[in-house]
Amino acid sequence: MTDGALESSAQDRQRRGSGPGPAGADGATSNRVDDEAALLTALRAGDERAFERLVVEQGGRLLAVARRLLRNDEDARDCLQECFVQAFRALPRFEGQAKLSTWLHRIVVNAALMKLRGRRARPEGSIESLLPSFHEDGHSTVSFRDWTPGADELLEREEVRALVRAAIDQLPESHRTVLVLRDLEELDTAEAAAALGISPNAVKIRLHRARQALRQQLDLRLREGYLA
Amino acid sequence: MRSRIGKLVESGGELYLTCEEVIGFLLEYLDHELEPEEERNFERHLAICPSCVAYLATYRESIRLARGAEAAAPVPEPAPELVRAILAARGR
Repeated sequence: MTDGALESSAQDRQRRGSGPGPAGADGATSNRVDDEAALLTALRAGDERAFERLVVEQGGRLLAVARRLLRNDEDARDCLQECFVQAFRALPRFEGQAKLSTWLHRIVVNAALMKLRGRRARPEGSIESLLPSFHEDGHSTVSFRDWTPGADELLEREEVRALVRAAIDQLPESHRTVLVLRDLEELDTAEAAAALGISPNAVKIRLHRARQALRQQLDLRLREGYLA
Repeated sequence: MRSRIGKLVESGGELYLTCEEVIGFLLEYLDHELEPEEERNFERHLAICPSCVAYLATYRESIRLARGAEAAAPVPEPAPELVRAILAARGR
């Protein structure tokens, strides 16, 4: 994806109101815009403290994105460094129409995907056993039960949140990556397809299978251990 | 446009989509990408199939739990040496 496409996509996300970071009240937003404009001016002037501020303020959130995609701390740290190196180089072309945080988010996602592609391909486990099965006549082979009442309370428990994160981590990589991009990093189908170099339809198929597999894992674990 | 959802079964003298078709097209249903006729058939199935209603609810809830669990994860702080390495890389 080009820098222009990155920024344009980031602007779209801001218009949709789904960019990283909470929306504030008008006054707070105005202050933040002024603050960001000042930071951008300082960065363009080569102010060392502005670069340090950018890395310290944005680094943690971007490191979390890299970890979600790479599942390896060392690779995530390398990815963060690569992200900022790319950002510093691209800064003169950054027009400032998108938020810096949104622009950096797209850069770190692409840097992480590049790193994933560079990894030696590992054989993936099959996802089939986590997908629903059907009789010849199209009826499901099992009757599904609704465990959603009570799920809100469960989410307040760190052990359950860890269980959910572990269930995501255990998805086959090609499916997990799509789920992370679409459902956690909030890229739309076209953005995820462009980032992964696959068709939008392939994104939809993998996403649906990934969600089904995640649902099945949570169904088993939550009903066994937490929901009567 | 020809419907992508084709498999229908008879029940009580009426034709309904199968569970396999409904579960196969959940993503399109949730993204409002089904044709009006497809959506109507989809919802007619849900009206008579508590199992698929439960599947739909837990499918949605799984996405929400994933978002909630990740959003609540502590944000890591880059170590000072990593910050220094990044800033040093700028000069290279």
